[in-house]
Amino acid sequence: MADAPKDLRYLQTHEWHRLEGDTVTIGITQIAADELTDITFVDLPKVGTPVTANGRFGEIESVKATSDLYSGVSGTVSAVNADLANEPGLVNRDPYKGGWMIKVKASSPGEFEKLLPVDEYLKKSGH
Amino acid sequence: MLKHTPFHDFHVALGARMVDFAGWEMPIVYRGIIDEHEQTRKSGSLFDVSHMGRLHFTGHDAQKFLDLVLTRNVGQQKVGQSRYSLVCNESGGILDDVIVSKTRHHWLVVCNASNRDKLVRHFADLLRANYRGADDLDFDMSDQTESTAMVAIQGPKVIDRVSELLPVDVRSLKRYGFEEDEIMMTPFTVFRSGYTGEDGVELILPAKAAPLAGKLLAGKDHDGATIRPAGLGARDTLRLEAAMPLYGHELNETTDPISAGLAWAVDLTKEFLGAEKIREVAAAGPKRELVGLELEGRRIARQGTPVMKDAAVVGEVTSGTFSPTLQKSIALAYVDSHLSGEGTQLAADLKGTPNPAKVVKLPFYKRQ
Repeated sequence: MADAPKDLRYLQTHEWHRLEGDTVTIGITQIAADELTDITFVDLPKVGTPVTANGRFGEIESVKATSDLYSGVSGTVSAVNADLANEPGLVNRDPYKGGWMIKVKASSPGEFEKLLPVDEYLKKSGH
Repeated sequence: MLKHTPFHDFHVALGARMVDFAGWEMPIVYRGIIDEHEQTRKSGSLFDVSHMGRLHFTGHDAQKFLDLVLTRNVGQQKVGQSRYSLVCNESGGILDDVIVSKTRHHWLVVCNASNRDKLVRHFADLLRANYRGADDLDFDMSDQTESTAMVAIQGPKVIDRVSELLPVDVRSLKRYGFEEDEIMMTPFTVFRSGYTGEDGVELILPAKAAPLAGKLLAGKDHDGATIRPAGLGARDTLRLEAAMPLYGHELNETTDPISAGLAWAVDLTKEFLGAEKIREVAAAGPKRELVGLELEGRRIARQGTPVMKDAAVVGEVTSGTFSPTLQKSIALAYVDSHLSGEGTQLAADLKGTPNPAKVVKLPFYKRQ
């Protein structure tokens, strides 16, 4: 049975979001990482890039497929996980910690509350 | 309703992720594609390939019929030998790539799962049209796919391990040689062949013997086991590193064997369906040729990616991956013949961004 952390909020497209102050950290779920199989490349924006809620912020590539990455909140990219450039497999091994992708300084933190709680994410993604 | 191979329960018990492959429910991955890939290069892996078609040809004229439809001269084959061959249409396009084996009593043609029905129809059509007198030939074809099982066991430690398990001197089998034998009334055939670029064997056995064989070969799966199960995901990255063509990618009905770099698998001195057109291509030289590309960076050029020289499209990628062994982005592509030389600088058009790529020698990976 697939599971995901309860303290995070989700998009149906498998991105998780963690809120700390007005900063939202984004990555993809273990379910998505398993579906993609071995991740070989993560294309992330530069610090300072604006992102919009439900807008594409990057791309993830695995041995099997390429997928777009979406942000659930609007704001500006304040940090990028540089480790993924050399070690994209971190997303497979540790998607909720070492495999995080970007931090967004949220312009309207209220958007976080509108994202899917874990049970709805699991239901909507068919798990 | 997807078909199940005789190893279906084995896959599920080992936690494989199952997918639809040509109408069969097949394991794509057990632990991780790269893990399974590396296990194959370093030790050994077991692949269920029971979905592949197994067609038997018997009768006095079986060889004559096969010589009409296959690009290789099967008349030169001895008992106990297998040969890679192609089945072409009248325009010289490839209908399938197959392995043909000559046993004491029959011929075996192993074909792609996705092409099995098409091939059976193709042969029936040729009989109906009495192609070169085919209908007057005395032979029978029977489809043994679902009454038998087939596994590929591949990797540097496989020959020693299989020698311990089978009453056959596998070490003395030549590449593309095979032997038929039996264990406790269960007949099996062991072939020294495969589709990974490693040494290894392929086994055909009765469907009902498959569960026991699975257990024996890789049932107690654990870290460090000599032979571990591997899925279709690793099979694809392994064959791509070894630059072995895959039907639907490098090969299709509008591609001829010469362009595909498979002239060695065609005997143009004999008559077979498609020979005339293939001779024309061979004489004029192919317009496009299959080449290996090595891309800068980690991006993957997938099937259909345009290949560019400056601003012009000069080809198309047929398969691409990030090579686990070489740690490089690699691809197979058809490019205009004058740009097929080793070292030619090209680019893969990745959604509008040209990614530098150079033509490299094939195969990408060759075992020591």
